[in-house]
Amino acid sequence: MKKIDKERVLLGLAAPLLAIVVAFLVTAVVLLATGKEPFNAFGIMFDYGSKADSQVYILNKATTYYLAGLAVALGFRMNLFNIGVDGQYRLAAFFAAALGGALTLPGAIQIPLIILCAMIVGAMWAGIAGVLKVTRGVSEVVSTIMLNAIATAIIGYLLQTGRLGHLDTAGTKISTKPIPESSHFFEFPTATGPVWGFIVVAALAGVAYWFTLSRTRFGFDLRTVGQSGSAAEASGVNVKKMVVTSMLISGAVAGLVGMPTLLNDSYEYSGDFPVGIGFTGIAIALLGRNHPIGIALGAILWAFLERGSGQLEFQGYDKEIVGVIQGVIVLCVVIAYEVVRRYGLKRQQRQVGAKLAAQARNSEKQEVSA
Amino acid sequence: MANHDIDITVARGTVHALVGENGAGKSTLMKILYGMQKPDEGTIAVDGEQVSFSNPGDAIARGIGMVHQHFMLADYLTVLENVVLGSEKLYGIGDRARAKIKEISDAYGLGIRPDVHVEDLGVADRQRVEILKVLYRGARTLILDEPTAVLVPQEVDALFDNLRELKAEGLTVIFISHKLGEVLSVADDITVIRRGTTVGTADPASTTPKQLAELMVGSELPSPETRESTVTDVPMLQVKEVRLTATDPDGVVRAVLDSIDFTIHKGEVLGIAGVEGNGQSELVEAIMGMRHLDTGVLTLDGQDISQTPTRKRREDGIGVIPEDRHRHGLLLEAPLWENRILGHVTEKPNSRGAFLDLKAARADTERIVREYDVRTPGIDVTAASLSGGNQQKLIVGREMSHNPKLLIAAHPTRGVDVGAQAQIWDQIREARREGLAVLLISADLDELIGLSDTLRVMYRGRLVADADPATITPEELGSAMTGAASGHLEVPAETAETVETSESGDGSDDPRDGGEDR
Repeated sequence: MKKIDKERVLLGLAAPLLAIVVAFLVTAVVLLATGKEPFNAFGIMFDYGSKADSQVYILNKATTYYLAGLAVALGFRMNLFNIGVDGQYRLAAFFAAALGGALTLPGAIQIPLIILCAMIVGAMWAGIAGVLKVTRGVSEVVSTIMLNAIATAIIGYLLQTGRLGHLDTAGTKISTKPIPESSHFFEFPTATGPVWGFIVVAALAGVAYWFTLSRTRFGFDLRTVGQSGSAAEASGVNVKKMVVTSMLISGAVAGLVGMPTLLNDSYEYSGDFPVGIGFTGIAIALLGRNHPIGIALGAILWAFLERGSGQLEFQGYDKEIVGVIQGVIVLCVVIAYEVVRRYGLKRQQRQVGAKLAAQARNSEKQEVSA
Repeated sequence: MANHDIDITVARGTVHALVGENGAGKSTLMKILYGMQKPDEGTIAVDGEQVSFSNPGDAIARGIGMVHQHFMLADYLTVLENVVLGSEKLYGIGDRARAKIKEISDAYGLGIRPDVHVEDLGVADRQRVEILKVLYRGARTLILDEPTAVLVPQEVDALFDNLRELKAEGLTVIFISHKLGEVLSVADDITVIRRGTTVGTADPASTTPKQLAELMVGSELPSPETRESTVTDVPMLQVKEVRLTATDPDGVVRAVLDSIDFTIHKGEVLGIAGVEGNGQSELVEAIMGMRHLDTGVLTLDGQDISQTPTRKRREDGIGVIPEDRHRHGLLLEAPLWENRILGHVTEKPNSRGAFLDLKAARADTERIVREYDVRTPGIDVTAASLSGGNQQKLIVGREMSHNPKLLIAAHPTRGVDVGAQAQIWDQIREARREGLAVLLISADLDELIGLSDTLRVMYRGRLVADADPATITPEELGSAMTGAASGHLEVPAETAETVETSESGDGSDDPRDGGEDR
């Protein structure tokens, strides 16, 4: 059995590696087509991306991406496509920021309160899609993408002076009221800048994700629904309830996505709060095969590519080339997984067959000799 | 998988039967002949000419056509549309095609009406459409995979008449089955496959079902008969006036179950006979709690469970061997030990409190694999990589491991090899002796008659007839299944005699229903 397990790991690694290699090859072709020398570009990205200050940047970015990847992966495990992580985390971060700015409690109370607020808002926003799906049969893909647009509108409406908005002293920028210093999240200082303390929360979220899915009854039910709705129903899972519950959890994790930025960096929600991370999360969840460690690697790779892209621009390359790499990686990953999955399944069937045939031959021989 | 040293020669203008246990490799061989799978070694020759098929198109071009066990027809299209679909170039899609269909239909006595919608056709008619589809594409050799699995006895006879017609016209038929009686009545030659290899040929004229069976399994064949009665008068499951409606695609609400009323006592096996699609699946789902009753009451062991959720019902002792194990009984891409947990995640040894107990679950999976003879190299392989029979053994083992009070067994031995079939029957009998109540639904009439203490016939969502398994014949039951008879089925004296002789003689040639690739 050990042997098959080792193979499974190999097969598991084969797909993302294959995808990344192919993505770089395709990108090289694109670079050549634009008349640029490709390997120099990769060299620049790698050199710059592995510098000490880049490492800090990458870790901090990856923290955010990791949480987004987890939120999406939770949906994937249920066979739900939560495109709405984007709207969920922005709305959550916005209300959490507003709450954090309004209160002046000791950090030990206020920080958990802010995080809790974000999780609840994210969960509620995702829950709408869950309820719509089970009561009206609305596809979560459609409803969550609509909810993203609505979230944008709500934030735009509330982020104005006189509502939840707050004009800074220079009078040029509207944001939520800044969160008091006592409620800033801790950091790990390094020589080249602080590593956000929220990385600890992200790691804990990863552990919780792994434990819940693989070690609890609830996680088993959730995965069962994801693998076969009909089998889950026959096995006694209330599929509708499970859809709503998992959307709520996915939304709650999505609520965490904005927290590293809010509590470790910006301390307020303004027009330049990062957007689009929910979609990045989809790519990262795909890249990481919904596995907590895979997602972490995916998040780091993503942050690394982004870091490198800034430097490419200085060297006369188009920074969009990184967008091409990222896009091609995702495309390759989806294809490579399917190819590897089918290959693995076939291979296993052949192995089982071969093994049984061998057993049968052995037992026949024994019968003869006996 | 696992086909080796297969040698088979089929003569033109004959019906050649291919028999073997499920999992013996019949379907794989057929897939190779039809170009769906490539052989690792060996050759295939058609009309003396060596050929190599890389897809079904190649096989069709060589005049080999396949009628699959599961029909591949579009319900909402007409027969004509289904037939021309994908072969529009042959005779167009209009009158020329219609004329050709008529011509083929008349030539082989298929009785096809080209402009009827497939959804309005019965199973036997659909099968004839499938055969016609293959002939329309110019096939001279037809492969029929378990064609009788879905048919009642009368329909089987009609099918065999069609096959003889085809043979008379010089066509070749390869007929896969493990219903030995049928094989002997229709085949000109028989090839037996065991464990992926051809073990011999038989001449139907001089072979008895028993000999054939022994060739097939290498040992004696079991029979499903239950001798002593263990029925008690303690009711276990009571179904009272159950009515269930469903909305069909046209928006019309109709009753799929109506006035269903029966009681299964401890130690009793209640068999439900019926052509598939007459409400059996809905009945199972209603008892499991997957569908809400419109009216009626379900009582399990004295407790009203009409409103109880599925999980609670299963915890309370309803075990299920589902009709479609891929849809309802397994997670195909999950390892065996996770499949062992499926459906019993809240029960020991699978979990303690809210947490899974992986160690205990894995250990118990090992036990099930051992005790129920699930042939697998280990418990970490996916369920999909097992053969149908081994998947079924795993399911039976799982359900029996939780000491059910009521076992719902829908086609429990479908697609299961003879050895495992005997084992499953033994399991049911043994559990029944210990007070298990069984709701048995099967298309295998001999299994139904052999195992049941009480028989009911289901037709269009109603229980229309009942019969005593000690005296009823498959033919009688078959006609009630088509709605031709109702009430209490009494058997004329002379038929009853035949039953007795056949029971004491060879209980072995039970036509079994099958399909290892489900």
